[in-house]
Amino acid sequence: MTTAVSFEKVSRHFGAVRAVDAVDLDIRPGEFFAMLGPSGSGKTTCLRLIAGFEQPTAGSISIFGERAEGVPPYRRNVNTVFQDYALFPHLNVLDNVAYGLMVKGVGRTERAKQAEDALKLVQLPGYGARRPSQLSGGQRQRVALARALVNKPRVLLLDEPLGALDLKLRENMQEELKLLQRALGITFVFVTHDQGEALSMADRVAVFNDGRIMQIGTPQDIYERPQTRFVADFVGSSNVLSPDFVARYSGKRRWASLRPEKIRLAEKAGQGVAGTVRARSFLGATNRFTVDAEGTRLHVITPAGQPVPEDGADVSLVWLPADLHLMDEPA
Amino acid sequence: MRSDRHQSAPLGLKIAAAAGLLFLHLPILLIFVYAFTMEEKSYQWPPPGLTTQWLAVAWNRPDVWSALGLSVKVAAVSTAIAMVLGTLCAAAVSQTKFFGREVISLLVILPIALPGIITGIALRSAFSLAEIPFSFWTIILGHATFCVVVVYNNAVARFRRTSGSLIEASMDLGADGFQTFRYVILPNIGTALLAGGMLAFALSFDEVIVTTFTAGQQQTLPIWMLEELVRPRQRPVTNVVAMVVVLVTFLPILAAYYLTRDGDQVAGSGK
Repeated sequence: MTTAVSFEKVSRHFGAVRAVDAVDLDIRPGEFFAMLGPSGSGKTTCLRLIAGFEQPTAGSISIFGERAEGVPPYRRNVNTVFQDYALFPHLNVLDNVAYGLMVKGVGRTERAKQAEDALKLVQLPGYGARRPSQLSGGQRQRVALARALVNKPRVLLLDEPLGALDLKLRENMQEELKLLQRALGITFVFVTHDQGEALSMADRVAVFNDGRIMQIGTPQDIYERPQTRFVADFVGSSNVLSPDFVARYSGKRRWASLRPEKIRLAEKAGQGVAGTVRARSFLGATNRFTVDAEGTRLHVITPAGQPVPEDGADVSLVWLPADLHLMDEPA
Repeated sequence: MRSDRHQSAPLGLKIAAAAGLLFLHLPILLIFVYAFTMEEKSYQWPPPGLTTQWLAVAWNRPDVWSALGLSVKVAAVSTAIAMVLGTLCAAAVSQTKFFGREVISLLVILPIALPGIITGIALRSAFSLAEIPFSFWTIILGHATFCVVVVYNNAVARFRRTSGSLIEASMDLGADGFQTFRYVILPNIGTALLAGGMLAFALSFDEVIVTTFTAGQQQTLPIWMLEELVRPRQRPVTNVVAMVVVLVTFLPILAAYYLTRDGDQVAGSGK
């Protein structure tokens, strides 16, 4: 099976800055792939390397088996939805969507028909005559999506596609993008700094930090079995436990991740780990509190409705041994 | 920009403003009046009588036509050169980062900040050092130095307001460099270029100082007018020509003003 996008030891340096540093990556055809990481972690540069706006300093990139180095963006069968949408302000919505067809020399009536179809696909039928400036943020994003999809790319790149939308719209778009991707079968590669977005939408996630990929896996993998302290902390704010602490409770001197929702309050004192409650907050569906256990701070999340200990109360915490995930990172 | 306050300005301020405007524009009106005076040797006030004969006299003087022709040609060619070079330079400075970018930006703008006489002397000595004889093209060269600046300034301002991702979006959608220029860049900077070009044309058309040093024996219209003023014969002809120059330079500037005023909508602000 060929891969949709393949990186072999790809680096992109800007002067002394290693934006992307020896990255190996295989994205499968038809996959919804997320690149997750904090800003400056190299995820957007990776996207731009696929689009062709950047050339690798070292290593090789292939897109559906074809070498991509030196191929300009306009000769790649890859389209991008830009973070700021980059709609052409001097063209109306229909001409924006039809732009890719126009430069390829598709006739006027044919491209108007295809553009209208693409607008229907993103649920904006009949918006063709409007100017981008007359649209809301969510509508502009759909136009940008239609403008990319009308070219029938083999890979669609999305750069923080939902970043500029408000929460409600963002949740709707997440679902819609997912459905669209399933229906079209196109490989989607999207960049985000929002771990919730990556986990809920992607088939697989690559977690970036400092120009390197820390871990690639399914959302479940990444969440339940983080391999490094960075991944455990960045994805879902896990409790990262030091080797000393872990040695006391599991016998192994290794870094470990313990998800806050896996910790429960012991029914009887003297069980598990003793500590003092330091801070509490109500998050709607859950309660969250911090427990100081012999110098180690543990975040605990319990479903709303369960009793919450008072600030300063002494509590005992327990968890299933299987939930304490030992990480590969050396102690 | 309109102020929300409607109260009237004090009388003193109104008088001062009127006096200032009169001081600026009355001399121009006088030029128009003298174009129609009966008297041809000195500028006598009030004019002894009014006539339109000088329009016909000016029309029939071949030296007027050759000077006008040269000025129009020089202005047109300088503007054309300035539009190409100014746009390219603005694109490079605003779209890319490279070593010495600020220096280049400064060097391009410098000719308009330098007194014309310095540009003129510098060019003249350069020409004589290189043993280049004065010609149509030496005038063009002199004029292009400051025409490039106005086109550059207009273009660079518009480029800065045009989001760089528009160009990337165009490339991403399959347009090569030429198509991107034609379908995305040009429509976004077109009015700025037109305005810059018109300003450049107007600047070149009435330029005296640099021309004096780079023209040799050739006479552009402004140079011709200077020479005419020395001769006490058919003086109103100069005024007729001056009137034409005012109109020829004023109309494009006015057009440029209206064209760029509507271009305030920021390109690429689609957030």
